[in-house]
Formats: sequence, C-alpha cells, structure tokens
Amino acid sequence: MADPAPPPSALPPSLATRVLKAVLLILLAGALLVAGATLYNGRLAARQSYDRILLGAAQDIAASIRIQSGRPLVDMPVSAFELLAQAPEDRIHYAVRGPGGTLITGLDERDIAPPARGGGGGPEFFDDRLNGEPARFVRVTRRFAERDFSGGISITVGQTLRARQAMALGLTRDTLLPMLLAGLALLAMSWVVTRSALRPLEALSEDLAQRDPYDLTPVPTEGLPRELTVMLGAMNRFMGRLDRQMEGMRHLISDAAHQLRTPVAAIRVQAEAMQDQPDDTLRARSLARLLARTRSLGALLDQLLSRALVSHRGESAPRAPLDLREVALEVVERGDHELLAPEAELRLEIGEDPVMVRADAFSVGEAAKNLLVNALKHGAPPIAIGAERRGTEAALWVRDAGPGPAPGIAARLGQRFERSAASREDSAGLGLAIVASVAAAFGGRVALEYPEGGFRIALLLPAAPQEDAPE
Amino acid sequence: MTLRQLCTWLSALLCVLLLAMMFTLPRPAAAQERVETFGAGATRLILRSTTDIDIIEPVIARFAALNPDLSVLYEQWGSNNLYNNSRAACAGRAAPADAVLSSGAHQMVALVNAACAHPYHSPATAALPDQRRWRDELWGITEEPAVIIYNTEALAAEDVPRTRFALLDLMRKKPELLRSRIATYDIEDSGLGYLFAHADSLEATTFGAMLEAFSRVGAIATCCSLTIIEGVSEGRYHIAYNVLGSYAEARAAPNVGIILPEDYTLMMSRSLMIPRNAPHAEAAQRLLDFLLSPEAQGQLAELGLIAATDPAETSLLPSARRLIPLSPPLLLALDRSTRERLFRLWDEAFSPDAG
Repeated sequence: MADPAPPPSALPPSLATRVLKAVLLILLAGALLVAGATLYNGRLAARQSYDRILLGAAQDIAASIRIQSGRPLVDMPVSAFELLAQAPEDRIHYAVRGPGGTLITGLDERDIAPPARGGGGGPEFFDDRLNGEPARFVRVTRRFAERDFSGGISITVGQTLRARQAMALGLTRDTLLPMLLAGLALLAMSWVVTRSALRPLEALSEDLAQRDPYDLTPVPTEGLPRELTVMLGAMNRFMGRLDRQMEGMRHLISDAAHQLRTPVAAIRVQAEAMQDQPDDTLRARSLARLLARTRSLGALLDQLLSRALVSHRGESAPRAPLDLREVALEVVERGDHELLAPEAELRLEIGEDPVMVRADAFSVGEAAKNLLVNALKHGAPPIAIGAERRGTEAALWVRDAGPGPAPGIAARLGQRFERSAASREDSAGLGLAIVASVAAAFGGRVALEYPEGGFRIALLLPAAPQEDAPE
Repeated sequence: MTLRQLCTWLSALLCVLLLAMMFTLPRPAAAQERVETFGAGATRLILRSTTDIDIIEPVIARFAALNPDLSVLYEQWGSNNLYNNSRAACAGRAAPADAVLSSGAHQMVALVNAACAHPYHSPATAALPDQRRWRDELWGITEEPAVIIYNTEALAAEDVPRTRFALLDLMRKKPELLRSRIATYDIEDSGLGYLFAHADSLEATTFGAMLEAFSRVGAIATCCSLTIIEGVSEGRYHIAYNVLGSYAEARAAPNVGIILPEDYTLMMSRSLMIPRNAPHAEAAQRLLDFLLSPEAQGQLAELGLIAATDPAETSLLPSARRLIPLSPPLLLALDRSTRERLFRLWDEAFSPDAG
C-alpha cells in the first residue's frame, strides 16, 4: 500500500543559517586547535620556568659544598629553599650524595635517580613520583679533585607539579579569554555580514512571493549582485518568451475571431439566399459567388495558420544557416503562382555567391511565398524574385512593375499593422504581417523600395558569415 | 612425673605466657607525658599535642561541650617525640592520631612534605594568612612570641634589656651578675628551642655574638618552658632567653617581667595537621574549624596563645614581628648538615668547659 504520508517537514534551512552554522563550526574547530596549542605552550613555558628554578636551587646547593679534612660538608643555603618556595604549594625533595651514592644530607633515604643515561655532565631533568605525587627533578653533579677528596657529589632537587599546572592553566586561561571574546565578535560580525550580503536575495524572494502569478513583466535587476543578475536575466528571458507566445496565441485567436466571422456570415447569408432563390440562373450565379467566397476563406485560413506557425517558430525553432537564393528558387519551383495567376510571368534573379543568413527555413519560405502572392495579387507583371547581399544585410526581395501599395498601407507597414491591415477579408495586410513578424523574429526588417518603373519589397536579415555556407 | 615437676612445668609455661603478653599487648607509648579525656561522646578523637594541658584545657573542654557525640583524648607529648611518633604512624609503624598539634613548625612542615597529611579546605582555613597555612594540609592555630623574661627583683630597671643588643651589652658589662644566671632551651631536647635557635641563626648576625656571650657568662641550656619560668621566678635565673611568651604570661609570678625584643620578636604558630590515615578525619576537621572559629580564637587570645597585634598594647612595632612561616624553607631546619652545624656551635657555647 501507499507509504505513510511523510511528516510535515519544516521549512528547509535558510542560506543565512547554513552560512552561520559553517562559520560556527569553523570557529569551534579553530578554538579547539588554539586551546590545544595554548595549553601545550603554557605547559612548556611553565616547565621551562620551573625547571630553571629547580636548577638554580640545585646549583645553589652545589656551590655550598666544601671539603673539610677529607669530608664533604654542605652549608645548606636558605636561598635554595626560598627559590623552591617560589612554588609555595609544592612539596620538595632534595638529596646530596657522595661518591657511591651515600647520602650526605637530604630529606629522604630513598634514592630518586634519573633514568640511566650516558653521563653528559650537564644537569639532568627527569620526571618521577614524590611520595605518590608526580614530580619533576633535576640532578647536577659537582666534581671535586682535592688532595684528600676526589669524586663527584650529586645534588638531586625535586618538586611536585602544582605550581606548574597552575601556571599552565593560568597562561591558557589568559590567552583563551581574549580569544573567546574575539570569537564571539567574529560570530557577531559574520552574522551582520551574512545578513547584509543576503539582503538582496531576501528582498527578491519576498518580491517574487508577492508577485501576481500571471505577471510576466521582467523583474528589475538594478543594484543586484552579479550572480543574481545572471539568474534573473535567464528568468526574465524565459518569461519574455512565454509572454510573446501568449501574445501570439491571443493574436491568433482574436485574428481568427475577427477575420473569420465576417466571411462565414457572408457565406451563410448567400447560402440562405440561394435556398430561397427560385430562379436557376440566379442561383447558379450565387453558387459561383459562394464558391469564390469559400475559396477565399480557405486562403485566409491558410494565412492565419501560417502566421501563427511563423510567430511560434520565430520563438522556438533553432536558427540554422540558410541560403536565401535557395529560398527564392524553391518558391519559384513550387509553382504556387501558376495556380494563382497562370498568365503572370515570373523571373528569378540570383547571383553566383550564396546569400547566407541564420534563420528558420520554414519561416523565411513562408515570408517569401507571401511576398510573391502579394505581388501576384496586387502588383503588375513582370514579376521578379531574387536574393542578394547588401553589406551586412542579406535581402530576399520581390519586384513588380506596378506602382506599389497605396501610401496608407505603405505607411502602416512599419507599425504593428497586421490586425488593422488584416481587417479586410482578402487583404495583403496579413501576408505582410507574416513578413514583418519573420523580420522581427530574426532581427531584420522590411524595406519598401521604389526603383525606376516599379515597386520592390524586401525582407532584410542580418547576413551570416560566408563560412556558414554549405560546401 | 611428680607433682613437683608438674609445678615447675606449669610455672615455666606461665612465665612464657606472661612474657608473650608483655610483648604482644599494646602498651601505652612511653613518650607521652600526660593524658586527659574531655567529653563522653561515642567517637573518640585522639589529639596529640605539645601544648600543656593545663593551659589549653578550656578550649578543648568547650569543643567537647559543643560536640556531644565526640570525646577528646588529649595526649601531651614532647615535640621531638611527637615528631618521631607521627613519622612512625605515617609509615604505618604506630597507631595514628586523629589530629596533631605541635609547636615544632619545622617538624610539621616536614611531615606534610613527606605526604603524611590529609588535605582539608573550608572557609575558616581559607581565611588564614598564607604564612599560617601550607598546601591546605597544615594550619597555624596560634601566634605566640619568643620572649626574654627576667626576675624583676634581681635586675635593676635600667638594666632591663629591651633588645638583643641591650642583652649583649648587659652580658658584657655585668658578667658577674649574670654568671650562670641566664637560661635558655636546650635545643637538643626541645624541638621548639631548636626552631627558635634556627630562626635566630637565619634572622640576624647577633646570633653568633649571642652564643659567644652565653658561652662567656656560662649560660644554662635546660629543658622545658615551665622549669625555666619557675627558675626565673624563684631567682635561680635572672634572665631567660627565647622563652615561649604564652607560657610566661600564663604561669609567671608577679616578679617575672616579659620583654618582646624590639629589634625583632620571633612569632611561632602552633600548627595542626590531620594525619593521612587518621581514623576520624571528619571529627578532626570539626576540631580544626572550631579552633579557627572566632570563639576559639578569642579564647586562645585570652589564654595568651594568640599575641595581641595592636602595637599600643604590646609596644611592639608590626615590622618587628617575625612570624615563622609554615612553608618549605622550614625544611632547612631539619637538614642534617644544618643541624650538625647548629649543634656544633651550640655545644661549643654550652659545653661545661666553655667560658
């Protein structure tokens, strides 16, 4: 059966929380390292200082030894004990031993000796236990070569470790306390920095949360960090495309509604009139008109769909290298014009060099077809179609010997004219609208030119480099 | 076997048994001088002390009254014997006491240094000055001066020595008056006497001159505070040097004058230690806290065991008070070579053929 419903999970952790957690972790790791290092250093420092005291005391005692009538005498100096009392809470051990280890003076019969080593002659420090407590010792040896006494006298001085440990702890505490304060300050600062760095993101997410889900206008990107600008740019492009496709769909629907309603109504009226027409000749004439109207309605539908397709492909179809000469050639070879105007003469004017653009072949083909159909319908023969390169632009043009469109239509060609121009049932406007939208989709324009004795309309697209030409 | 033979046998057996009993039965240690029991509580706290029972009795009685569950067995010891007994107890060779209170500060420091003491910490011990505390294992209970006493009848007012220098001058000027009339502790018998002599030897160069002068006038080294004080009172001695001021105060007859030397006055602190293996350490801690309480300190001050610190009362400048601190340097006093040296000097001064 179905898994039990997952428990309602809390909100995922915020970016700020994650950053702060990481900072806290880093600080803690750092603190542990520093504490360890400080403790080590503190112990080392304490060991060195108190080792010096031990050595000083031992050397004090060593200096006080003298030989009197063949016997070592120790004038035990009080200064040695006062040195050792620098660690006031620590127990003391001392022993002065003659050759062979006989105790000359000392606190303890037990011989606390350093671990056997090659007698280097210098002071030997070592750790041992003193009455059950860990302690530190030093042994120095003073050698005598008198007439009546010869040999080494060893002085061992030791001390328990309380003062050392207290000093190490004190040093560590004195170091760690400021470090702790610094750590807290760092934490507070990283909190502030993180908050301020993430503020644009928070503002943005708040903005997005409050946005109308149908609002496809671009999100403003001024003053935002670069990372966000990239992300927002992509989102804005996506929303723009979505917006244009929605727009195209709306246009298609409203065009279809607008343009199909009148001819369909006219066909219905004519069919009804035919139904009531008793006269056969009149009825035959009506039938012919009805047929013409339905054909024209078919052409209109074609164009509507073609425009919708072009506008859809302009957004979505990939751009591929395309030779405009081939487009012109294909239009001529398809021979649609022979159906439309069998008597018209059509010439193809193309050069040797390829005329390359980057565009969608279907859309450009539709545009060329519409240009040609317009010329066949409204222009005067002879009609020519051609492609050429004009500097940085590539042109696909259709020329006829007529005067060109009426100035009113020509003036509207540069605007968003398609709907007003297409309001007539059989207009050139819709065809030109297709051309205009292809031009817009691939970054080009439509140009109306009036050469000697005729009219020429051209679709100008940015020329692609020659390398794109097929081999 | 005849009846006679049997009798001989039996008596021999009895003898052996008696001998065995003599060796195995615990015998009271020969060294202790007096024993007194205070209170009747079930737990018996053994306090070994060098302090004269007659002097400290009110304080111990008060403690026993405040703690009805305890009874205090007070054993009075000589300081050297007490030290040897405590060392033996520390090594497990003798029955340990529950608390040891001794005037031999150097011996107590040595016992603590040898890890024979039990640590304890309380607000009362924390309030003690550093000089009267070591390692939270040794606590100075009293503050008693080492004084010069004199017989007021034997010494003219202008001859009374207020300082050691005055005493030296007096011995030089009037040797006949003082011949065999000066007494001091025998340092070989008395741990306290040795401690004072040791402190003197560290404190000032007058020590050598003093020994020399003692030697010239044939000073007497003898035992025990009370004997010396009585001797001064009775006129056997005119002057006694380094006598424990508290005893002099408590015991002195009206004809005994007390001088706190104005160059410096040594102050000794009777110190208390709880042996590491004390059977009733908790009771001993109660005793310690009681002895440091304001009530007991007040009692001790009345008994003369805590010298007044007010200069107006004692005519002693604070800078002249030299409290012998309970700290590691006191170990020097027990050092074998130091003792040998001091004893040698002492013997030279006090040997019968000296002077």
